[in-house]
Formats: sequence, structure tokens, C-alpha cells
Amino acid sequence: MKRIIFPPLFALLAALALPAQADSYRLPKNAVFEEECGSCHIAFPPQMLHADSWRAMMGDLSRHFGSDASIDEKRRTAITDFLVANSGGRKTGDTRDAQGKPLLRITETARFAKKHREISTATWKRVAIKSPANCAACHALAAVGEYSDHSAVSPK
Amino acid sequence: MRHILIIAAALFASSALAETPRDFLTRFEKEAGAAASAERGARFFNTSHGGEWSCASCHTERPAQAGRHAKTGKAIAPLAPAANAERFTDAAKVDKWFRRNCNDTLNRLCSAQEKADVMAWLLAPK
Repeated sequence: MKRIIFPPLFALLAALALPAQADSYRLPKNAVFEEECGSCHIAFPPQMLHADSWRAMMGDLSRHFGSDASIDEKRRTAITDFLVANSGGRKTGDTRDAQGKPLLRITETARFAKKHREISTATWKRVAIKSPANCAACHALAAVGEYSDHSAVSPK
Repeated sequence: MRHILIIAAALFASSALAETPRDFLTRFEKEAGAAASAERGARFFNTSHGGEWSCASCHTERPAQAGRHAKTGKAIAPLAPAANAERFTDAAKVDKWFRRNCNDTLNRLCSAQEKADVMAWLLAPK
């Protein structure tokens, strides 16, 4: 009898545990990444883009979404390696556009659209949010990689 | 005794490396070959130079206060050294941010005179 009960019980527990874990992005500590990628915006989790997207982005930092985000070559290489090593994964999938070009904006990825499908245009425009790139406006624990639904609250 | 000498040497080396905001004012004035003007610095800081942004767009016109990134909305700690002791203490950081932010606001690098003027204004008692 025990043999029959335990596997389903285990599966149930695993299923209950999954939603909470699904949007937690844990990272090895990296001071250079945190400093350089976290000064103008929060340091976005490398897991949210495919390695090709990070390579493309890190190859053109002096024109980074309209801003000069250039850094010295040693740091640029180190950060690229870190991003690539921790990039993508099963959930992120392919982050290329219809023409096969790597997407550079996390907000343009299929996963971002899917996870935010219930957020209205009016909500995005709230002063406290300002930009879809302002993760921490709703995800208070974004800085430590915690993006799960239950920890997200839209500010008024 | 040898340990004391090593500690003393280490302390001297670290204090020689750390810079103060005044060091940058001196450096930029020397590079410009002219004295800085806080008044000119204030004007430069608060007006746009053909581009979309001025320095004040992110740092506000009162840099002793916290600012906010004009695009991402991320909080920016005060720029004035009197309000934020970490500012202008590291040459690599100072050079990096002048390079980037001058490119973003003026579409070119800032002159030594412009940087000296801004430093003078940031250091002026408010």
C-alpha cells in the first residue's frame, strides 16, 4: 500500500512547490555584474535571455537602448562570460525575433508577455511604474531575483 | 616592528590611492588651464545641450537630493559630495560616468573646463 501512496504524494508536493520556485532566479554572487548592470536599472537576471541575446547586447554597450553604457574591456569580457554562463534555460526558450535576430529587451520575449498578460496599459503608465523595465516597482524582491506572482504588487 | 612597517605602508598606499572631490576639481582646472566657475557649472548642469536630457534630468537641479533615472525610473543617490560621501572618490568611476553621461547629454565628451565648472558647483555650499 505504501508503495502506491508515496509516488503520487511526492508528485503532489513537487507540484505545490513548483509555482513558488518557477520565478525565482538565483545567481552566484558577482560584484562586478551587480555594480555595472545595476546602476541605471536593476541587474536583470541573466536567465531571462538566451546567451546570443547577451552576446549581442554586450557587443554594443556604447549604444545601449539610446544610452552610452560603455565599460572597460576587462569588465565587459568578465560580465559577458557571467551572463552567458547563467543565461537562458528551459523556461526562457529561444529569445530571437521572427527574423532570427537575438532580442535585446526582456520585455519583448514571449515569456515576459505571457507572464504580464493581465497587466493593463493603464497600469503600465502609472507614475510609480513608469517603464516595464522597472521590475522593482511591482516585484519588491527583484533585486534578489524573486519574481514570483505572489510576491508582486502593482503600486497605485 | 616589521609588521608595523607593513601596516603603515599599506595605510599610506591606500590613502594615496583614494581621491577626494577636491582632487578632481584641481585635476580638471589643471587640465583646462583655467579656474573653475560654480556659476557656469550650475548653468551647464541645468540646461540641455541640444539633446533630450540635461544633467538635471536625472540628478535634479538640487544635486544634494536623490534623483531618478529619466528613463528607467531607478533611484539615483545624491551627486553632491556634501550629501553623499561616496561621490568623487574613485577616478575610474568619475571618468566612466563623465564619459557616458556627457555622451548622453551632449553627444560628445565634456571639456576639462566643463567638468571643472560642474565640480566647483557641486562643491559650492548650498
